Amino acid sequence: MAARLRGVIAGRIVAAGLGALILGTLAAVAWQAGGLSGLGEWDWRAVRFTIWQAALSATLSAALAVPVARALARRRFRGRGLLVTLLGAPFILPVIVAIMGLISVFGRNGALNEGLRALGLPEIGIYGWQGVILAHVFFNLPLSVRLILQGWQAIPSERFRLASSLGFAPADIARHLERPMLRAALPGVWLAVFLVCLTSFTVALALGGGPRATTVELAIYQAFRFDFDLGRAATLGLVQIGLCIAAMLAARWIAIPAGFGAGMDAGQGPTGPRGWRVAADAAVIALAAGFLLWPLAAVMAVGVPRLPMLQADIWWAAGRSVVMAVISALLAVMLCLTLALTIARGAGRWIEAAGMLPLIASPLVLGTGLFILLRDMAGPQQMALPVTVAINAAMALPFGLRALIPAARSLQDDYGQLAASLDLRGWARLRYLTLPRLARPLGFAGGLAAALAMGDLGVITLFASDQPTLPLKLYQLMNSYRMADAAGAAVLLMALSFGLFWVFDKGGRLDA
Amino acid sequence: MLELRDIAFRQDDFSLCADLTLPKGGRFAVIGASGSGKSTLLSLIGGFLFPDQGKVMWNGQDITGMAPGDRPISTLFQHHNLFPHLTIRQNIGMGLRPDLRLDTSQRNRVAQVLDQVGLSGMGDRRPAALSGGQQSRVALARVLLRARPILLLDEPFAALGPALKAEMLSLLNDIADGTEATVLMVTHDPQDARVFSPQTILVEDGRAHAPRDTAPLLDDPPPGLRAYLG
Repeated sequence: MAARLRGVIAGRIVAAGLGALILGTLAAVAWQAGGLSGLGEWDWRAVRFTIWQAALSATLSAALAVPVARALARRRFRGRGLLVTLLGAPFILPVIVAIMGLISVFGRNGALNEGLRALGLPEIGIYGWQGVILAHVFFNLPLSVRLILQGWQAIPSERFRLASSLGFAPADIARHLERPMLRAALPGVWLAVFLVCLTSFTVALALGGGPRATTVELAIYQAFRFDFDLGRAATLGLVQIGLCIAAMLAARWIAIPAGFGAGMDAGQGPTGPRGWRVAADAAVIALAAGFLLWPLAAVMAVGVPRLPMLQADIWWAAGRSVVMAVISALLAVMLCLTLALTIARGAGRWIEAAGMLPLIASPLVLGTGLFILLRDMAGPQQMALPVTVAINAAMALPFGLRALIPAARSLQDDYGQLAASLDLRGWARLRYLTLPRLARPLGFAGGLAAALAMGDLGVITLFASDQPTLPLKLYQLMNSYRMADAAGAAVLLMALSFGLFWVFDKGGRLDA
Repeated sequence: MLELRDIAFRQDDFSLCADLTLPKGGRFAVIGASGSGKSTLLSLIGGFLFPDQGKVMWNGQDITGMAPGDRPISTLFQHHNLFPHLTIRQNIGMGLRPDLRLDTSQRNRVAQVLDQVGLSGMGDRRPAALSGGQQSRVALARVLLRARPILLLDEPFAALGPALKAEMLSLLNDIADGTEATVLMVTHDPQDARVFSPQTILVEDGRAHAPRDTAPLLDDPPPGLRAYLG
């Protein structure tokens, strides 16, 4: 009884602490904020741009994803499974690495503009709103394809067999089977992408800026860092929270599908129509794969040979980042586990809500708030690394909980009574029941948290420059046009992010 | 002596009341239609559900608020009686010490019960490497080791074939004889009740009725039970 109570109390304490951290930080932001009248024309332009770019990015990602998902759903070819797996990779790919890759393909000296110049055509620019949109589509097209592909695979194969036995043409299949599915799935996909783009910081920092391509997150950074106008940063923070809450409320009406579910490839796909559509599908798949892989290949082509020549400060930054990512991941896993176990025991819904709170607070808003709260105790330099670790752990919670809560529930359903009847509790229960049974989702959640923390270039930019993390170091190299070193650092960062994910995820599967 | 004093339990549309006295060492089948509350009755005794009113007493001591693991009870559930990630030896050893810090004499006891249920030499395997009948034996070995005075069975052998089930019931009989345990066994097979338990508790119309002699009850069942038995 006592141990059970302790477990529940621990969960409540974590939930309350998390609530206090996030709501307290937001309260500090609100306290500091001037009225909305403190915002100038520049700031309102940032608000409008944020909404506009998120809407356009979501629309493009969802629209372009439909033909790719359809092609992947109805064709079978060598490497298809690998490609579907790769579509999940952008989730843990450091944003700054992808930007590096996009610049090397679409930038002024990139392959695309070289080609345009050779043909005597006008060049395209990657800096500005078009670059922001391009990067957002790069990240969210794969996510959208995976989500829509799930929808396709959720159509029972009997329906397709029935359709072919009735002699349906592709147009009939689209009308009777595919469009109803898309009508159900697309709003959720659109909203998922919209939410991600609403709090976009790194992309806007690296590719945007200026009056026509500044997001609210970037405006917070500029107010904080360049003008040191905490009041305006805080007011912008409130606007950002308002946007997130409005979008989350909209999400209550639209089911957002889970982003990285297992079992993507279940069952036999429908046999696709023959004729010109085979070539069209092949072209669509090739284009999408090229769009995804070319930028990364371009970075690697320059960066891999550069790796042995990287200077010591880059390695130091890498070491610092790995340590911070591991601490962040362990913290996130402990918090997730405590919350998930409490939720599985049927504790109140507010605990689950506390775990999802990080979704309404963007990293920059939290960073600003924590700075306001802690500025009398520590300077920005001392705050930088601990605050980054804490915020990265908090931001990973919603994803970790999504993996852990169902597993913790079935653990409780299946073995809760047996454990209780044997008086298995406390450390013994953790060691002999909880950890072994939840190893897989724990490893997965830890891997996600570690990779996200490793690649994060957000809150750290507010504070530090003398103790840079690897993503910040990479950003500094790009800004000083040391592109070869930047490519080397990008390859290192990408390898470390995927490596951390792999190590954690593999650790959870050792016993299987 | 196990007493259920004026127990009442409600959950949504479902309700169950019970007022029973079961003498020490008795064998009781618990029979009734699905959804009648057989499992609920066992959960109330085992401590997985708490009654809205009434008391559960063992030898005059009130155990109503006691945690399941502290009660003088071993339970065999319908599913999930073994932890699949632990070895057979660990699964049985948990019956002595959940933290598995066993001393030499306790380890010897584990080896001894393994031997008694005919599984010597299998201690290092995991449950998945055993047949269904062998897995039931492991669960019974742990019951034997814990030697608690009350034993609750919620159809743990339902998935076994007739011959295996008869074998398990006879093993169970030996164990209960050796530990002088009071046994309550949920079953949907009247034959099990006839073979194993001289008395039967009928659960019907939201009430667990006082135990009656099994043979006459089954030979001339009341209308509700007749409809269930077919």
